[in-house]
Amino acid sequence: MVKVTIDGIEVEVEAGTTVLNAARKIGGDVVPPAMCYYSKLEGSGGKCRTCLVEVAAGSANDPRPMPKLVASCSTPVQDGMVIKNKTSEKVHVNRGAVTEFLLINHPLDCPICDQAGECHLQDLGFEHGASGTRYEEERRTFDPIDIGNKIKLHMNRCILCYRCVMVANQLTDKRVHGVLGRGDHAEISTYISNAIDNDFSGNMIDVCPVGALTDKTFRFKSRVWFLKPMEASRSCTKCAGKAVVWMFGEEIYRVTARKDKYGEVEDNDGKPAWICNDCRFDHKNVSDWNIEGPRKINRHSVISANHYEKANPLENNTKKIK
Amino acid sequence: MGRKLLLEHIDVPSIETFDVYRKNGGYRSVEKALKTMSPEEVVEEVKKANLKGRGGAGFPTGLKWSFLAKPEGVPRYLLCNADESEPGTFKDRYLMEKIPHLLIEGMIVSSYALGSNLSYIYIRGEYMWVLEILEKAIAEAYAKGFLGKNILGSGFDLDLRVAPGGGAYICGEETALIESLEGKRGNPRIKPPFPAVKGLWGCPTVVNNVESLATVVPIINDGAEEYTKLGTDASNGTKLISACGNVTRGGVYEIELGISVEEFIYGDEWCRGIANNKKIKALVPGGSSVPILPAHLITKTAAGENRLMSYESLADGGFASGSMLGSGGFIVFDEDQCIVRNTWNFARFYAHESCGQCSPCREGTGWMEKVLHRLENGKGNMRDIELLADINKKIEGNTICPLGDAAAWPVAAAIRHFREEFEWHVTHPEDAVKGNYGLLKGITV
Amino acid sequence: MKIEVTQKSRPVLSAEKMAEIQGVISQFPEGKSKSAVIRILHIVEEEAGGWLSPDTMDMVAEILNIQPIEVYEVATFYTMFNLNPVGKYIFEVCRTGPCMLVGSDNIIEYIENKLDVKVGGTTADGMFTLKTAECLGACGYGPMLQCGKHYHEHLTPAKVDELIDACRKGEIKANF
Repeated sequence: MVKVTIDGIEVEVEAGTTVLNAARKIGGDVVPPAMCYYSKLEGSGGKCRTCLVEVAAGSANDPRPMPKLVASCSTPVQDGMVIKNKTSEKVHVNRGAVTEFLLINHPLDCPICDQAGECHLQDLGFEHGASGTRYEEERRTFDPIDIGNKIKLHMNRCILCYRCVMVANQLTDKRVHGVLGRGDHAEISTYISNAIDNDFSGNMIDVCPVGALTDKTFRFKSRVWFLKPMEASRSCTKCAGKAVVWMFGEEIYRVTARKDKYGEVEDNDGKPAWICNDCRFDHKNVSDWNIEGPRKINRHSVISANHYEKANPLENNTKKIK
Repeated sequence: MGRKLLLEHIDVPSIETFDVYRKNGGYRSVEKALKTMSPEEVVEEVKKANLKGRGGAGFPTGLKWSFLAKPEGVPRYLLCNADESEPGTFKDRYLMEKIPHLLIEGMIVSSYALGSNLSYIYIRGEYMWVLEILEKAIAEAYAKGFLGKNILGSGFDLDLRVAPGGGAYICGEETALIESLEGKRGNPRIKPPFPAVKGLWGCPTVVNNVESLATVVPIINDGAEEYTKLGTDASNGTKLISACGNVTRGGVYEIELGISVEEFIYGDEWCRGIANNKKIKALVPGGSSVPILPAHLITKTAAGENRLMSYESLADGGFASGSMLGSGGFIVFDEDQCIVRNTWNFARFYAHESCGQCSPCREGTGWMEKVLHRLENGKGNMRDIELLADINKKIEGNTICPLGDAAAWPVAAAIRHFREEFEWHVTHPEDAVKGNYGLLKGITV
Repeated sequence: MKIEVTQKSRPVLSAEKMAEIQGVISQFPEGKSKSAVIRILHIVEEEAGGWLSPDTMDMVAEILNIQPIEVYEVATFYTMFNLNPVGKYIFEVCRTGPCMLVGSDNIIEYIENKLDVKVGGTTADGMFTLKTAECLGACGYGPMLQCGKHYHEHLTPAKVDELIDACRKGEIKANF
């Protein structure tokens, strides 16, 4: 075990743990935001740079500070390491910069985006973004396309986290989409018209931190904050059948995996409880599911802050605005 | 005339063939290393020679070698970085094209030192004819027993192969090179782990520049002590400089580190001055990514000392008034040139070459290119100059690999030293469209 | 990236070319044949008239026993690969700083006017495709362009004319 101090709070973690996961062990607002890292996907992280933190002391043996900010998701802790996240002015400035970079080509179409209310980029913009834009150039645009009959790709909204590519690599036997091109015109694509069609492809929607991949069976049906998330299960031969069904009255509007406060799918029997496309897309009747009870959504986005947890969300959120 | 270690025999007819190369002292270092030295002794010698990596970063080669992990039963790899693509740099191509056996010789000795039994030369895809030259030379070396099984009866086996890229500057970054050699997109890896622990196919790997590996040959032949007699205290040996831009005689020159910048630009042996009797306006001494120097900081440092062709002298003054030796891509600008246009050109290069993985580089390089393009075309405003300065600060240090820094530095330095040109483009929008600042300012200012 | 598949253009590889491809694969340890993809793409592109259709790339995927998307990802990353049909000859003129300082802009303009083609386009007769390239590593010998495997350096309008003539006379290896 090694000891690391993050924003003045000491925590003991196993050697090899990343700074981000050490912070998650502490919890609360010392946890850096992560747009691309996803603990259940091997090789994820390092790309978006939102989780950059300051290393005030490298280790007990070599307490020198590191000259550059480091990606907390991919930097292993050292014994005696001292990390500054929310207490670092440098982190504050540069996280704002990364937020700006992620938004300059983003369409800012939250009013018509299904992800609104549970979007990590929205959260990031809310906490670290500026009120106006300095970007006066033309934004890069792509046409929305269907990738398979159940998934819509809005490349304009994509932040190139590569999570969906990793889902396809790690959960399915045949990947047909990937990142094509390079630089600021890199994109998620199948290149030739090709359907992503396998039992677990729907999980790409769940791992997408933004509204780039959305569920066509749910598109434009309802804002997520009008829906009631309920824990539900069914017996399924392809997956564990443990999901969250999102209801309006007695109707099921959509089905997702059970996700934790970091937006990651929860474990079931020690394994991530990815759900299959059968459960996600083809079982929308209440009679299909055993509804277990309300699902607590513990995230700082509008979905939890506004509608069914806090009577007065503003009181809660104003504290975060400096 | 300085002593040449790498290009000494470059003009010997047919030096690209094994026999002529051998007759001129070629492959002696292989004999010496494999027959009389242990791998550790070779590493030690290179360390003692204080050889700084010649690809641009200047990291000590011997030190890099000493980081290589050596777990039992796991292969190790030596990769030669021949993905030369930094604008202004064309020295590796020259060396491989003219005297391919020197690189092969260096690779044999270095592979022996590192315990690599399978080494690759990763060469940029555009140099396909150079790849053919190398493969021909490699075939000769196999035929003569310098490659393959049990080289010179030493028990050391080495297979040497060449693999081409497909057009991507980023593959000069060592982990992007490894990805590319694995047949993937050239996305730099997140570090740690470093290649010395987990590189090609997950095995410990060292990646060295062409010139660095070639320089191992004279270091082993003459010994580190002889080698360090050349150059300055902090910059030992010789360096290949690729001179280009508005010089009378562009080309690749081997210099002893420490000659003066003035001598290099104006000396008969080297660039022979500025073309067409123009005056010098600026210099980028180490490849497009290093800070540009205005005329008054080229031959003298800010402290008034002679500026020398060495790591320390070119860097004298830090980024405020100095630059870097970098890859040795020596780009000279005459008085007619426009710094804004060139800065936009470089920004376009980096935006074009960004792999697109991490957000500051992907979005920031594209943004800078667009702003600079507007400025250059008379559509900018004063705010844009501050904006550029700010964007490049937000990219620098925040990216996965050094391409972000490489894109940021030239913009920052151009604004630092040539702000009036940026402002002129704002105040003279019509002239900015018409032509180069260097040609027009006298008429319009 | 949307690609219109307009023609099936999988090249027929001769026994010699297949052997060459196997030779490339054999340069890598067993199980690492994916490493050969870039060089094989260069080889098949040459055989397929200078460009890579999806069908050609699918063939490479079959040879290497990898998914087609893995080939598309690579082919779209590296700028040397042409993903659309090209002319018999491709001129790739370096446009980066050092070449610009010595007049690459003028050379590009000269070729555009001479051949009546814009950068990125192919002449009406299908003979020439004009492209620009980022630094090709010939900075001291600019302006320059690459045609096939060869570099043409120290370009002047007269030298460009000579090159165009040589192409028209078939003295230089064409894409098809």
